[in-house]
Amino acid sequence: MKARVYVSLKPTVLDPQGQTIRSALAGLGHAAIAEVRQGKFFDLTLQPGTAREKASAEIERIAHDILSNPVIEDYQVEFLD
Amino acid sequence: MRVGVVVFPGSNCDHDAWFAVSRNLGHTAGFIWHDSDRLGGVDAVILPGGFSYGDYLRCGAIARFSPVMQAVRKFADDGGQVLGICNGFQVLVESHILPGALLRNAGLKFICREVRLRVETAASPFTHAAEKGRILRLPIAHGEGCYYADNRTLDELEAADRVAFRYLDNPNGSARDIAGILNQGRNVLGMMPHPERAADPLMGSTDGLVILQSMVSAYAVR
Repeated sequence: MKARVYVSLKPTVLDPQGQTIRSALAGLGHAAIAEVRQGKFFDLTLQPGTAREKASAEIERIAHDILSNPVIEDYQVEFLD
Repeated sequence: MRVGVVVFPGSNCDHDAWFAVSRNLGHTAGFIWHDSDRLGGVDAVILPGGFSYGDYLRCGAIARFSPVMQAVRKFADDGGQVLGICNGFQVLVESHILPGALLRNAGLKFICREVRLRVETAASPFTHAAEKGRILRLPIAHGEGCYYADNRTLDELEAADRVAFRYLDNPNGSARDIAGILNQGRNVLGMMPHPERAADPLMGSTDGLVILQSMVSAYAVR
């Protein structure tokens, strides 16, 4: 079983990397793209036989306490299989 | 005074801090390895600049969980002086010992140059030997030094006189030009500029010495 944790900057936090990518896209003629926000994800592979319910709470804790910084980032957990 | 300089894997200003304390100031400095869970009876702690744990995950994020940081947190809670410089500041905000966060510089570039700071408060163990309004010339060297906090936190910091330094010419997009902040107890200072790299005439500025001297004299009269 695998879980994916997406981490991205909160909408209120400036994302200069996303802005730079957006202006590069504009330079390449992609006029339809109004905004780019950049983020990252972590794939966590669980030990075989781990109960999903138990893992879910633990992954939630990991995402909140370690993988993201709640001051500036939001996260989202998704199970892949 | 005995100053402990914490060394994480990837710290690279630890020897600069050691040199400034022992050679420029004439006090005792020693290194504390990151996996030590005790500080060895030091009188003050410096979290130095560098790239602790390779800046993996986020700057300072892994260092937060090291055994030495549990000891530093307790030392700070007990009122001990803790100075976090550059990566040390990043470790302090990731540890929630100081509020806010440090983001990528607004211009995305790693900036390594001298900047001018204004001392915003003399009411701290780190700045009392200076006077409010004094201008310091110190170097910065960082890619993630853009100080961020929500408006409420920024208002609280200002209302409690916890902004220690502001940039005269904000190099990295920091909120309200903030270059360094104090904790509520005023015994922990985090700052992006490097006082230890401006502590010897050879380095072109000795303006950083006033911060280290303040720590020494504050400790003497504690």
